[in-house]
Amino acid sequence: MALENTLSSVSSIRLSKQKPPRQSARLAATPYLFVLPFGILFLLFFVLPVGYAIYQSLFRSQRSGLGLGPATIAFNGLGNYGDVIHDPKFYEGIGHVLLYGVVQVPVMLCFALILALLLDSTIVRFKAFFRLAFFLPYAIPGIVAALLWGYFYDPELSPIVAIFNALHLNAPNFLGPQDILWSIANIATWAWTGYNMLIIFAALQAISPELYEAARMDGGSGWHIAWYIKIPLVAPALILTCVFSIIGTAQLFNEPVVLTPISNNISTSYTPNLYAYYTAFGTNNYYYAAALAVVLAVVTAILSFGFLRVTQRQAGV
Amino acid sequence: MSQTASIARARVKEQAIVKASHTGQPIKLSGIIAMIFLFISTIYFIVPFLWLLISSTKSTGDLFGTFGLWFAPSFNLFANLQQLFTYDNSVYLQWLLNSLIYAGIGSIIAMFLSSLAGYALAKYVFRGRDFIFSCVLGAILVPTTALALPLYLLMSKWGLTNTYWSVLLPSIVSPFGVYLSRIYASASVPDELIEAARIDGAGEMNIFVTIAMRLMTPALVTVLLFQFVAIWNNYFLPLVMLSNERLFPITLGLQTWNVTTGGVNKFLYTQIVTGALISSIPLIIGCILLQRFWKGGLGVGGVKN
Repeated sequence: MALENTLSSVSSIRLSKQKPPRQSARLAATPYLFVLPFGILFLLFFVLPVGYAIYQSLFRSQRSGLGLGPATIAFNGLGNYGDVIHDPKFYEGIGHVLLYGVVQVPVMLCFALILALLLDSTIVRFKAFFRLAFFLPYAIPGIVAALLWGYFYDPELSPIVAIFNALHLNAPNFLGPQDILWSIANIATWAWTGYNMLIIFAALQAISPELYEAARMDGGSGWHIAWYIKIPLVAPALILTCVFSIIGTAQLFNEPVVLTPISNNISTSYTPNLYAYYTAFGTNNYYYAAALAVVLAVVTAILSFGFLRVTQRQAGV
Repeated sequence: MSQTASIARARVKEQAIVKASHTGQPIKLSGIIAMIFLFISTIYFIVPFLWLLISSTKSTGDLFGTFGLWFAPSFNLFANLQQLFTYDNSVYLQWLLNSLIYAGIGSIIAMFLSSLAGYALAKYVFRGRDFIFSCVLGAILVPTTALALPLYLLMSKWGLTNTYWSVLLPSIVSPFGVYLSRIYASASVPDELIEAARIDGAGEMNIFVTIAMRLMTPALVTVLLFQFVAIWNNYFLPLVMLSNERLFPITLGLQTWNVTTGGVNKFLYTQIVTGALISSIPLIIGCILLQRFWKGGLGVGGVKN
């Protein structure tokens, strides 16, 4: 309604003699004033912490003599970074996250892509129901999702283990040293597939139907259309979801924390983020934790930017 | 534009259906396989939630003693709810309220600030615009947990740790919201409209509130709900910032219970399960709203032409 009113006022102005728009100082200042509230908060809570982390990472706390005196803070240059690079615990976490990411991210995104393609195709029914069902996990807080699956893994409570036992089969040990990583991966897959599906689905909906019509006239089947038209056209959405997944993987924290009370196989350095957290709040070594956080952020940035560069080159952009 | 598109779409579908009925077997078979696949996927996504729903009606004894995916003979939901909401001076109610404060206030302010900034970045030409936008884009790629530790140190310098502010203030910064608003504003707010309003003598802020915000509604709702979910689900930031249990959001509270379960505290399991169920209700409502507006968003894109 408001739109129609303003649109009609546009046309009436076009009929009358058009005055040149006023270019005042007020107008020139406006965009800055509009960006300012966000900008100030962005500086305080985004840029400043990044700078502060880098600053903190250059120091260390040391105790003199027998370690009985108060700790003093000394400049350490890049010493903390040297320690991070030689820290086996850091690599333990990176190893877990890399292995996890290489498997979980492609599996989840393929799953999301297949679901989105099916919901966009003409061969299935009850689409609204399916879309809601797949999206449901997104509405469940990550911590709660991890708690839930924790109960599914816990032999005392798990209905899955109960089913295996009823069939006189050996139930998998979800919390065992090997399986725990994939149990965590399953939680993330469950929680985020629907969200990624919806992003891809929205991109599919934006494709012009004329393209399909043309393809059908040329005798293309549903598979051909999916493979040669739909997937290439939703590639940007796939890249976006992939970058978000890489960032999420690098930050892995909630699931291992929640599973810690019921599993003995999650160490305090199981993921880099967990390690940074325990370094800061378990052993109060903020300076080393800051260095860990900076390295983790840099590794994440390299991975996500690198991924963007590679995929964009592939796409010929 | 959108209407013709949807008509064309419907026509394509019609043709496909006609074609399917003509060619018969192969397409039908793939349809059956697809439906089976979708049903199995549905089971995967829904069963944990079903378990939560069923378990919230069980007593602690039944929770461990009966099969997880079916109801126990005794219906204990109301007793569980009563226990949940009265335990430890109604601490759960406090957590629920805190989550509503953090997510509600945080997402509304975030939506307003990021749409204002996004609109300015889309609709004004000014020095530093590209620089600001690349900063925003870069910020989307920064892992937020990497920020939480230094943020904690800064907050403790400012004496803000263990206050509502320590969680609320960082939550109202949404670079992704700015990005989304900018994209949407440049596509859905015509320059002619702004120019016309200016000639009519409307102030810039007035134009934003009365014209731009209305045209950007689908994007605003998306930003609002994304941010609401993000804050509601956030665990790491409150974990780092808060030590007073009375300030905890639900996520942190439930995990606190989770760490102390077992042994004497076995009854906490029932409480966690019921509390988890309650904590997901606001988001389920929110997501149903999100879907509705998403559809609206797809339609509004066509208004421009």
